[in-house]
Amino acid sequence: MSAQHLLTAEALVSGYGGRTIVDGIDLELPAGRITVIVGANACGKSTLLKTLSRLIKPTSGAIVLDGKQISELPTKQLARTLGLLPQQPIAPEGIAVADLIGRGRHPHQKLFRSWTTEDDRAVVEALEATGIADLADRSVDELSGGQRQKVWIAMALAQQTDILLLDEPTTFLDIAHQVEVLDLLTDLNRRQGTTIVIVLHDLHLAIRYADTLVAVKDGKVHAMGAPSEIVTSTLIEEVFGLRNTIITDPVSGKPMVTPLGRHHVR
Amino acid sequence: MTAHPATPGLAARTALVRAGRIRRSRRRAIVIGILAAAVLSLVFAEIMLGKTFYPVSDVLAVLRGESVPGASFTVGTLRLPRALIGALAGLAFGAAGTTFQTMLRNPLASPDVIGISAGASAAAVVSLVVLRWSGTTTLFVALIAGVAVAAAIYLAARGGESTGGRLILIGIGIGAMLDAVVSFAIQRAAEWDVAVAMRWLTGSLNGSRWESVLPLGIAVAVLLPLLALLSRQLRALELGDAAATALGVRVDHVRVVLIIAAVALTCFATATTGPIAFVAFLAGPIVSRLAGHGSSLTVPAALMGACLVLTADLIGQFAFDTRFPVGVITGILGAPYLLYLLIRTSRRGGSS
Repeated sequence: MSAQHLLTAEALVSGYGGRTIVDGIDLELPAGRITVIVGANACGKSTLLKTLSRLIKPTSGAIVLDGKQISELPTKQLARTLGLLPQQPIAPEGIAVADLIGRGRHPHQKLFRSWTTEDDRAVVEALEATGIADLADRSVDELSGGQRQKVWIAMALAQQTDILLLDEPTTFLDIAHQVEVLDLLTDLNRRQGTTIVIVLHDLHLAIRYADTLVAVKDGKVHAMGAPSEIVTSTLIEEVFGLRNTIITDPVSGKPMVTPLGRHHVR
Repeated sequence: MTAHPATPGLAARTALVRAGRIRRSRRRAIVIGILAAAVLSLVFAEIMLGKTFYPVSDVLAVLRGESVPGASFTVGTLRLPRALIGALAGLAFGAAGTTFQTMLRNPLASPDVIGISAGASAAAVVSLVVLRWSGTTTLFVALIAGVAVAAAIYLAARGGESTGGRLILIGIGIGAMLDAVVSFAIQRAAEWDVAVAMRWLTGSLNGSRWESVLPLGIAVAVLLPLLALLSRQLRALELGDAAATALGVRVDHVRVVLIIAAVALTCFATATTGPIAFVAFLAGPIVSRLAGHGSSLTVPAALMGACLVLTADLIGQFAFDTRFPVGVITGILGAPYLLYLLIRTSRRGGSS
């Protein structure tokens, strides 16, 4: 439904303090789809996401949104198109759920303009999309980890961006909540056509939920495509250094990676 | 049975969420109103009370510029500047304190705890007592020293993982060193300077004069609205640098402006009254309990700062046989809270 924005990385090199982590990535994130970025620890997947969301300045190359470098766009305007849920945002002590979600409205608010009906509606829609409407007046401190993560996602939703990047949104959640969060993001994608990009550790869920899987190795894109087309035993061994067997996920019909460790192998 | 429909329409559900938000922001508005009224009452109390009591009518007459025997001097020359400087310094300390605490996400990170007030004090006492520079020069020397201390702490604390905790510890260390500079300068001061110099040890409104009102007043009139204007950005910063960037805040720019404004407020107030202990440190936490969490505290904390300074000054003047400077009273009030925070912090096993 929404105008399809195109986010691309061009010959991207970036890292921290002179250390190169992302080492020459060209990437076009499919508009209106769910892209999941996977890779071994320290392969650069998180740095890639941080550079895509302008938390890190590229050493060279560029991030381009609809033909314009994001570094040249006004920050607030960019924040109305490109949203990010960072790995560990900090909830102010004692803040109410609805108020925290309301902070997602920042890029839509002018300096002197007060709160509008539109802002309230965005908060309500975000509360409902994440299924936490009954928590609106509660204090964030009182919530469980799973509920809290939904509040943060709701804040990102209240920002109403057409592209949403998420840095390991399921870390620290139990399996039921992981599935719930990924279902919720899929709902958002299906209902509103939001382009979603997720860095994920869990390969099983990554393959299950990705329309497009991006496998990163040593700061480069090793493979990219629909999981059914690219996930092979060889690919997983190359990217993660893990011997494995691929079976078909009985639920999704997609590939499912079964590790071959040194123990418990028949 | 209640007559709620199973799923109320979007408009109704929006109204419900809006009602919750309005309820919370009304609480903040009420607190601001009460605090503003309290500041005004305390200013009048400062003016009316003393060796001779002057009724409101006399005070208003003096304010209108009429000549009232006795009152014109006592009120116009002695008590009015004292009340105004107390209020202005309180506003400055309160706003600066809560800005630092929110930005660094740590109640310990107020400018009086992390050594910025100490920097301004040391510079002021050296400038006035040792170098014998003028009051205006002293203001700017204090300002430069405060900014220098803030920059030094920031640079020293950089590169660590939990910047907040390191920054506070380094700040406390630098503050202790600068307090020693103050004591040293006072020891060496000529005897007739000691009364003036003592102000930099505890903070005091004694000897407040009209010529100090204007610079402090201008600083507060310019910088307090600036901080209030940036409060939305500050609230985004509170969620972490990454989240703030994602919300379209230019984190580096905003942070520099906030730091300079808050440091300048602290320095102007400290150069005028001395480091009135713990006002910056206490105002924000008290007011966040009153006004509710999650809304901007800049304005209510400023008003709370003014209330604290004026109340403590009245207590110091009239509650005991001896007249204590305001900083002694705020010190007694603030120390237990500092201890409480330190104990809570060490229990959690971290310094952040």
